[in-house]
Amino acid sequence: MRREVPLFITFFIGMLLIFSVFIPPMESLGEDFTVFFDIIAVFAFFLGGGNLLRVHVSKLTRQKRDWQYSIVTLLGFAVTLVIGLFKIGNPGGIAAAPTAAGSLFQEIFDYCLVPLGATMYSLLAFFVASASYRAFRAKNREATILLIAAFIILLGRTPFGTVVTGWIPESFDVLQVPNLAVWIMNAPNLAGQRAIMIGIGLGVVSMSLRVILGIERTYLGEDKS
Amino acid sequence: MSSTTRIRELAVVILILVISVIVYIGKIQGWNNGLMFSPAVSLTVVIVIFLLLLYILLRTLQGHLIGRRTVFLFVGLAVVLPFFMTLTLKFRVSPEVQQLYDALSELQPGSKVLVSFDYDPPSAPELQPMAVAFLRYCLSHDLKVIIIGLWPQGPQQANLALEDALKSKEVAAKKPEYGVDYVNLGFQVGNEFVIQRMGTDFKSMFPKDYSGTVYDDLPLVRNVKNFSNIDYSFNLSAGYPGTQEWVQVAVDRYGLKMGAGNTAVQAPMMYTYLNAGQLVGLLGGMNGAAEFELVTNEIGKGTKFMLSQSFAHMIVIAFIIIGNVAYFKSGRKKKL
Repeated sequence: MRREVPLFITFFIGMLLIFSVFIPPMESLGEDFTVFFDIIAVFAFFLGGGNLLRVHVSKLTRQKRDWQYSIVTLLGFAVTLVIGLFKIGNPGGIAAAPTAAGSLFQEIFDYCLVPLGATMYSLLAFFVASASYRAFRAKNREATILLIAAFIILLGRTPFGTVVTGWIPESFDVLQVPNLAVWIMNAPNLAGQRAIMIGIGLGVVSMSLRVILGIERTYLGEDKS
Repeated sequence: MSSTTRIRELAVVILILVISVIVYIGKIQGWNNGLMFSPAVSLTVVIVIFLLLLYILLRTLQGHLIGRRTVFLFVGLAVVLPFFMTLTLKFRVSPEVQQLYDALSELQPGSKVLVSFDYDPPSAPELQPMAVAFLRYCLSHDLKVIIIGLWPQGPQQANLALEDALKSKEVAAKKPEYGVDYVNLGFQVGNEFVIQRMGTDFKSMFPKDYSGTVYDDLPLVRNVKNFSNIDYSFNLSAGYPGTQEWVQVAVDRYGLKMGAGNTAVQAPMMYTYLNAGQLVGLLGGMNGAAEFELVTNEIGKGTKFMLSQSFAHMIVIAFIIIGNVAYFKSGRKKKL
C-alpha cells in the first residue's frame, strides 16, 4: 500500500490535468490545482532557509575550510531576515511594505545586494577572457568552425564589426560581419536550438507518461520492503 | 594558503576599497567630468593597448607565454578605460530590435503594456539599461505600464528602473502618476503557474500592489481582468522563469503579443520563438539595449557601457588569436 497509494494519486492527478487541457469544462480545474504549487513553494522557502542554516552552522561549529565565510553568510541572512520581518528602520512602521522607500530593507538591497551582484557578474568577463585564451583552440575541424562562429559573433555584436567591414559594397553586404552574425543566429543557431527544444519536449512527454503510468518509480524512493 | 599570499590578498582588497572610496567621492564632487579623455587622448590609449597586444603576440611567437594575470589586467583596462573616453561608435540596428520597436510604436496612446521583471541584481548590468529605455519610451508616449515580477528581486529592479526613467525630461513633462499611468504589482511566487492564472484573473495573483494598495483601488488595473486587456507585453529575463515560460503559456495559450529583453547568454535560445512569430522582437544583452536606445533616440547606459563591452570583446578576440598562435607554435601540445 505504501507504493500503490502514491502511484494511484500520481496517475489520477496526472490524467486529470491532461484532460483539463483538452476538455473546456475542466479547464478551471487545472488552474485550481496550480494553487498547490503556491503552498509547496511556501514550504520550499522554509526548507531553503533551514538548509542554509544547517550547512553553515555545521561548517562553523566543525571549523571546516573557509569557515570564516559562513559567519558572513549567517550574519547577512539573520540581519536581512530580522530587518525585513520586523520592518526595522521602516519609516512607515510595521504596517508599511518592507520595501517602502527609505526603509532599511530597501537600503540593504540598493547598497549591498545590487553592487555585490554586479561585482560577481562582472568577474565573468575576466574568467571568460582567461578561459578563451587557454582553451579556445582550433584543435580539429569542429573546434575551428566553433572558433570562426565565435569570432563573427564577438565582432558582429559590437560597433567594431561595422567599422571593420563597412567598406564592403552593398551588393555584397551579406559578407559584412554584423550581417554574418545575424545569419549565424537565424540559421545554424536556430536549427540547433530547435533540434534541442524538440528533443527536450519529446523527452519531457515520454518521462511524464512513464511517471503517470507508474513505469518510472524512482521518485518514490527505495523500496525497503 | 601562505601568509605572504594572505598579505597580498589583503593589500589588493584595501587597494580596491581605497580606489572605490576615491571614485565615489569623485562622483559626488563631479571630478569625473574633469577626468574625461579628449578624443585624441582616447585614440592614443587605444593605440597603446593595441601595440602592447602586438608586443605580446611577438613574444608569444618567440616562445614566451603570458600568464592569466596579464589577461586579467588587459580585460580590466578594456572595461575601465572606455568610461573615461569620449569616442563614439556607430551602431547598426539589428532586425530583431527594429521589429520590437515597430510593434511598440504601433500602439495607440493609452494602450496597456505589461512588463515582467524576471531578473535579479547580478543580471542588472545587462538588463537594467533596456528596462530603463523601455519604460522611458512607454511613459513618454502615454502608454500605461503594468509591472510585475516572477523573480523576488524583480519589482525592486523595476523601481530602480522607474526612478531612472522618471528623471528623463520627456517623461517628467508628462507628469506620470502612480496608479494611473504606471503601477508596480510586485512579486508573486509560482513561476509559470502565475502566468497561467493571470490568463484568467490578474487580481487573484496580485490582490495588492507592491506598496500594499488594494488592486481595485488602482485606476490603471481596476478594469484589467486578464491578458485580453493587455495590448503589449515585454519580458526582461535572465533565466527561469522567463521568456520561455511566458511564450509557452501567455503567448501560445492566451495569444498575448510579446517582446523580450534577454541576457546575451540567453538570447540565442529565443531566436526559435522570434522566427516563429511568437515574439514580436528581441533585445539581446547590452548590445540590444544600446540599439534600442538608438532607435528611440535616447542615449542611456546601454550606449555608454557598449564602448566598454566592445573593447572587452576585442581583447577576448586578441587573446584567442594569441592563444592559438602559442598552440600552433608549440606543435599543438603546449598548455597555457
